Amino acid sequence: MKIKKMAHIRRRDAMAIILGTAGTFIMSSSVYASKDNFTQRINKITNNKGAKETEIFLDVPEIAENGNQVKVNFEIESPMSQNDYIKTVYILADGNPSPDVAKLSFSPEMGVCSATTRMRLSKTQNVYLLAENNNNQFFMTKSMVKVTIGGCGG
Amino acid sequence: MSSVKPRGKVPKKASIDEVIEIKTLIRHPMHSGRMKDKDGKIIPRQIINAFKVEFEGKEIFSMKLEPSISTNPYIAFPYKAKKSGTFNFEWTDDNGTKYTMKRKMKVS
Repeated sequence: MKIKKMAHIRRRDAMAIILGTAGTFIMSSSVYASKDNFTQRINKITNNKGAKETEIFLDVPEIAENGNQVKVNFEIESPMSQNDYIKTVYILADGNPSPDVAKLSFSPEMGVCSATTRMRLSKTQNVYLLAENNNNQFFMTKSMVKVTIGGCGG
Repeated sequence: MSSVKPRGKVPKKASIDEVIEIKTLIRHPMHSGRMKDKDGKIIPRQIINAFKVEFEGKEIFSMKLEPSISTNPYIAFPYKAKKSGTFNFEWTDDNGTKYTMKRKMKVS
Protein backbone atom coordinates (compact mmCIF):
# COMPACT_ATOMS: atom_id res chain seq x y z
CA MET A 1 0.00 0.00 0.00
CA LYS A 2 2.71 2.37 1.00
CA ILE A 3 4.59 1.87 -2.22
CA LYS A 4 1.49 2.60 -4.20
CA LYS A 5 1.00 5.84 -2.28
CA MET A 6 4.57 6.86 -2.87
CA ALA A 7 4.06 6.60 -6.59
CA HIS A 8 1.52 9.40 -6.41
CA ILE A 9 4.05 11.90 -5.14
CA ARG A 10 5.11 14.08 -8.00
CA ARG A 11 8.78 14.21 -8.93
CA ARG A 12 8.93 17.93 -8.10
CA ASP A 13 7.51 17.35 -4.61
CA ALA A 14 9.86 14.50 -3.97
CA MET A 15 12.84 16.67 -4.86
CA ALA A 16 11.61 19.39 -2.54
CA ILE A 17 11.21 16.93 0.31
CA ILE A 18 14.66 15.46 -0.22
CA LEU A 19 16.34 18.84 -0.49
CA GLY A 20 14.41 20.14 2.51
CA THR A 21 15.41 17.26 4.75
CA ALA A 22 19.01 17.44 3.64
CA GLY A 23 19.03 21.16 4.34
CA THR A 24 17.69 20.76 7.86
CA PHE A 25 20.16 18.00 8.53
CA ILE A 26 23.15 20.08 7.47
CA MET A 27 21.85 23.05 9.46
CA SER A 28 21.29 21.08 12.62
CA SER A 29 24.56 19.22 12.45
CA SER A 30 26.59 22.38 12.02
CA VAL A 31 24.81 24.53 14.57
CA TYR A 32 24.05 22.05 17.32
CA ALA A 33 25.91 19.08 18.65
CA SER A 34 24.13 16.15 17.03
CA LYS A 35 23.48 12.90 18.83
CA ASP A 36 26.39 11.23 16.99
CA ASN A 37 28.72 14.08 17.85
CA PHE A 38 27.74 13.76 21.44
CA THR A 39 28.31 10.01 21.58
CA GLN A 40 31.67 10.52 19.89
CA ARG A 41 32.62 13.09 22.50
CA ILE A 42 31.79 10.67 25.33
CA ASN A 43 33.73 7.90 23.60
CA LYS A 44 36.69 10.22 23.23
CA ILE A 45 36.69 11.21 26.89
CA THR A 46 36.26 7.64 28.12
CA ASN A 47 38.74 6.26 25.58
CA ASN A 48 35.97 4.05 24.14
CA LYS A 49 35.57 2.29 27.47
CA GLY A 50 32.14 3.78 28.04
CA ALA A 51 30.67 4.88 31.32
CA LYS A 52 28.61 3.02 33.88
CA GLU A 53 25.28 4.70 34.55
CA THR A 54 25.10 5.21 38.28
CA GLU A 55 23.16 7.19 40.80
CA ILE A 56 24.94 10.49 41.17
CA PHE A 57 23.25 13.36 42.89
CA LEU A 58 22.80 15.84 40.06
CA ASP A 59 20.71 18.84 40.92
CA VAL A 60 19.49 20.78 37.89
CA PRO A 61 16.10 22.46 37.57
CA GLU A 62 13.35 20.48 35.84
CA ILE A 63 12.25 23.64 34.07
CA ALA A 64 14.64 26.50 33.44
CA GLU A 65 12.80 29.70 32.61
CA ASN A 66 15.99 31.40 31.53
CA GLY A 67 18.55 29.32 29.67
CA ASN A 68 21.23 31.90 30.39
CA GLN A 69 21.63 30.99 34.02
CA VAL A 70 20.96 27.38 34.86
CA LYS A 71 22.32 26.22 38.19
CA VAL A 72 24.12 22.88 38.19
CA ASN A 73 24.96 21.25 41.48
CA PHE A 74 26.25 17.73 42.00
CA GLU A 75 27.60 15.48 44.69
CA ILE A 76 29.32 12.18 44.07
CA GLU A 77 29.77 9.66 46.85
CA SER A 78 33.44 8.92 47.19
CA PRO A 79 35.82 8.37 50.11
CA MET A 80 38.13 11.03 48.55
CA SER A 81 41.19 9.26 49.96
CA GLN A 82 44.60 9.14 48.28
CA ASN A 83 43.79 5.67 46.88
CA ASP A 84 40.20 6.21 45.93
CA TYR A 85 38.93 9.55 44.79
CA ILE A 86 37.10 11.22 41.93
CA LYS A 87 39.69 12.85 39.73
CA THR A 88 37.71 14.57 37.00
CA VAL A 89 34.11 15.51 36.40
CA TYR A 90 32.80 16.61 33.02
CA ILE A 91 29.59 18.53 32.61
CA LEU A 92 28.13 17.98 29.14
CA ALA A 93 24.98 19.14 27.37
CA ASP A 94 23.73 17.26 24.29
CA GLY A 95 21.75 20.11 22.74
CA ASN A 96 24.19 23.01 22.99
CA PRO A 97 26.31 24.19 20.03
CA SER A 98 29.23 22.40 21.66
CA PRO A 99 28.68 19.50 24.08
CA ASP A 100 31.36 20.53 26.57
CA VAL A 101 30.35 22.80 29.42
CA ALA A 102 33.11 22.36 31.97
CA LYS A 103 35.80 20.01 33.15
CA LEU A 104 36.47 20.00 36.89
CA SER A 105 39.57 18.51 38.48
CA PHE A 106 39.31 17.39 42.08
CA SER A 107 41.90 16.42 44.65
CA PRO A 108 41.59 14.18 47.74
CA GLU A 109 42.24 17.25 49.94
CA MET A 110 38.73 18.45 49.21
CA GLY A 111 37.18 15.75 51.38
CA VAL A 112 33.92 15.75 49.44
CA CYS A 113 33.31 15.56 45.71
CA SER A 114 30.77 18.26 44.99
CA ALA A 115 30.56 21.56 43.17
CA THR A 116 28.12 24.17 41.93
CA THR A 117 28.22 26.39 38.86
CA ARG A 118 25.88 28.06 36.38
CA MET A 119 25.58 27.15 32.73
CA ARG A 120 23.88 28.22 29.50
CA LEU A 121 21.38 25.96 27.76
CA SER A 122 20.24 26.78 24.24
CA LYS A 123 17.12 24.59 24.32
CA THR A 124 15.43 21.72 26.14
CA GLN A 125 18.01 18.97 26.48
CA ASN A 126 19.81 16.47 28.68
CA VAL A 127 22.58 17.55 31.00
CA TYR A 128 25.16 14.81 31.55
CA LEU A 129 27.62 14.35 34.32
CA LEU A 130 30.59 12.16 33.55
CA ALA A 131 32.95 11.35 36.41
CA GLU A 132 36.32 9.64 36.32
CA ASN A 133 38.02 8.21 39.40
CA ASN A 134 41.74 7.75 39.98
CA ASN A 135 41.52 4.19 38.58
CA ASN A 136 40.24 5.55 35.26
CA GLN A 137 36.74 4.19 35.72
CA PHE A 138 33.87 6.27 34.40
CA PHE A 139 30.46 6.93 35.88
CA MET A 140 27.63 8.81 34.27
CA THR A 141 24.24 10.24 34.97
CA LYS A 142 21.88 12.52 33.08
CA SER A 143 18.95 14.78 33.73
CA MET A 144 16.48 16.47 31.40
CA VAL A 145 16.10 20.24 31.64
CA LYS A 146 13.20 21.98 29.94
CA VAL A 147 14.26 25.41 28.72
CA THR A 148 11.69 28.15 28.13
CA ILE A 149 14.02 30.83 26.73
CA GLY A 150 17.27 29.64 25.19
CA GLY A 151 20.56 31.08 26.34
CA CYS A 152 22.94 30.94 23.44
CA GLY A 153 21.97 34.05 21.52
CA GLY A 154 21.79 33.99 17.75
CA MET B 1 38.85 45.16 30.88
CA SER B 2 38.81 46.95 34.14
CA SER B 3 35.29 45.85 34.97
CA VAL B 4 36.41 42.27 35.59
CA LYS B 5 36.34 41.77 39.31
CA PRO B 6 36.89 38.55 41.21
CA ARG B 7 35.03 37.88 44.43
CA GLY B 8 35.25 35.03 46.88
CA LYS B 9 33.86 33.83 50.15
CA VAL B 10 35.97 31.63 52.40
CA PRO B 11 35.13 31.20 56.09
CA LYS B 12 37.72 33.05 58.21
CA LYS B 13 37.71 30.33 60.84
CA ALA B 14 37.16 26.60 60.66
CA SER B 15 37.73 23.63 62.93
CA ILE B 16 39.93 20.67 61.98
CA ASP B 17 38.32 18.23 59.54
CA GLU B 18 35.42 20.56 58.94
CA VAL B 19 34.26 20.60 55.32
CA ILE B 20 33.90 24.22 54.34
CA GLU B 21 32.29 25.62 51.21
CA ILE B 22 34.22 28.09 49.11
CA LYS B 23 32.19 30.32 46.82
CA THR B 24 33.67 32.38 44.01
CA LEU B 25 32.31 34.70 41.38
CA ILE B 26 34.04 36.78 38.77
CA ARG B 27 32.32 39.57 36.93
CA HIS B 28 32.95 38.81 33.25
CA PRO B 29 30.71 39.01 30.13
CA MET B 30 31.75 35.51 28.89
CA HIS B 31 31.21 36.32 25.20
CA SER B 32 30.50 32.91 23.71
CA GLY B 33 31.27 34.00 20.14
CA ARG B 34 27.65 33.41 19.12
CA MET B 35 25.94 36.52 20.42
CA LYS B 36 25.37 39.48 18.13
CA ASP B 37 25.62 43.15 19.02
CA LYS B 38 23.06 45.84 18.12
CA ASP B 39 24.39 46.09 14.56
CA GLY B 40 24.07 42.37 14.00
CA LYS B 41 27.79 41.75 14.11
CA ILE B 42 29.02 38.73 16.00
CA ILE B 43 30.84 39.62 19.19
CA PRO B 44 34.12 37.66 19.13
CA ARG B 45 34.59 34.97 21.73
CA GLN B 46 36.13 36.10 24.98
CA ILE B 47 35.64 34.00 28.05
CA ILE B 48 37.33 33.01 31.26
CA ASN B 49 38.68 29.63 30.16
CA ALA B 50 40.36 28.38 33.32
CA PHE B 51 40.06 28.58 37.07
CA LYS B 52 42.56 27.27 39.58
CA VAL B 53 42.77 27.18 43.36
CA GLU B 54 45.87 26.54 45.43
CA PHE B 55 46.14 26.12 49.15
CA GLU B 56 49.61 26.86 50.52
CA GLY B 57 51.07 26.40 47.06
CA LYS B 58 49.41 23.05 46.32
CA GLU B 59 46.69 22.85 43.69
CA ILE B 60 43.46 21.57 45.20
CA PHE B 61 40.86 22.32 42.56
CA SER B 62 40.78 23.47 38.96
CA MET B 63 38.18 23.89 36.29
CA LYS B 64 38.23 24.28 32.52
CA LEU B 65 35.43 26.59 31.40
CA GLU B 66 33.75 26.45 27.98
CA PRO B 67 31.50 29.05 26.32
CA SER B 68 28.48 27.22 27.80
CA ILE B 69 29.28 28.68 31.23
CA SER B 70 27.09 31.65 32.15
CA THR B 71 28.02 35.32 32.32
CA ASN B 72 29.73 36.16 35.64
CA PRO B 73 30.89 32.59 36.27
CA TYR B 74 29.99 31.32 39.71
CA ILE B 75 31.91 28.36 41.10
CA ALA B 76 31.43 26.78 44.51
CA PHE B 77 33.32 23.78 45.86
CA PRO B 78 34.14 22.12 49.20
CA TYR B 79 37.42 21.86 51.09
CA LYS B 80 38.33 19.87 54.15
CA ALA B 81 40.12 22.15 56.61
CA LYS B 82 43.31 20.68 58.05
CA LYS B 83 45.52 23.65 58.89
CA SER B 84 45.60 27.43 58.70
CA GLY B 85 46.78 28.90 55.45
CA THR B 86 46.14 30.97 52.36
CA PHE B 87 44.07 30.16 49.32
CA ASN B 88 45.22 31.51 45.97
CA PHE B 89 42.57 31.82 43.29
CA GLU B 90 43.40 32.40 39.64
CA TRP B 91 41.15 32.99 36.65
CA THR B 92 42.54 33.02 33.09
CA ASP B 93 40.98 35.12 30.35
CA ASP B 94 41.05 34.16 26.63
CA ASN B 95 43.28 37.21 26.07
CA GLY B 96 45.85 35.83 28.49
CA THR B 97 45.09 38.13 31.42
CA LYS B 98 45.15 36.44 34.80
CA TYR B 99 42.97 37.65 37.65
CA THR B 100 44.02 36.61 41.11
CA MET B 101 42.68 36.76 44.64
CA LYS B 102 43.94 35.64 48.05
CA ARG B 103 41.95 34.50 51.06
CA LYS B 104 43.21 33.46 54.48
CA MET B 105 41.70 30.85 56.74
CA LYS B 106 42.43 30.03 60.37
CA VAL B 107 41.98 26.47 61.56
CA SER B 108 41.78 25.68 65.25
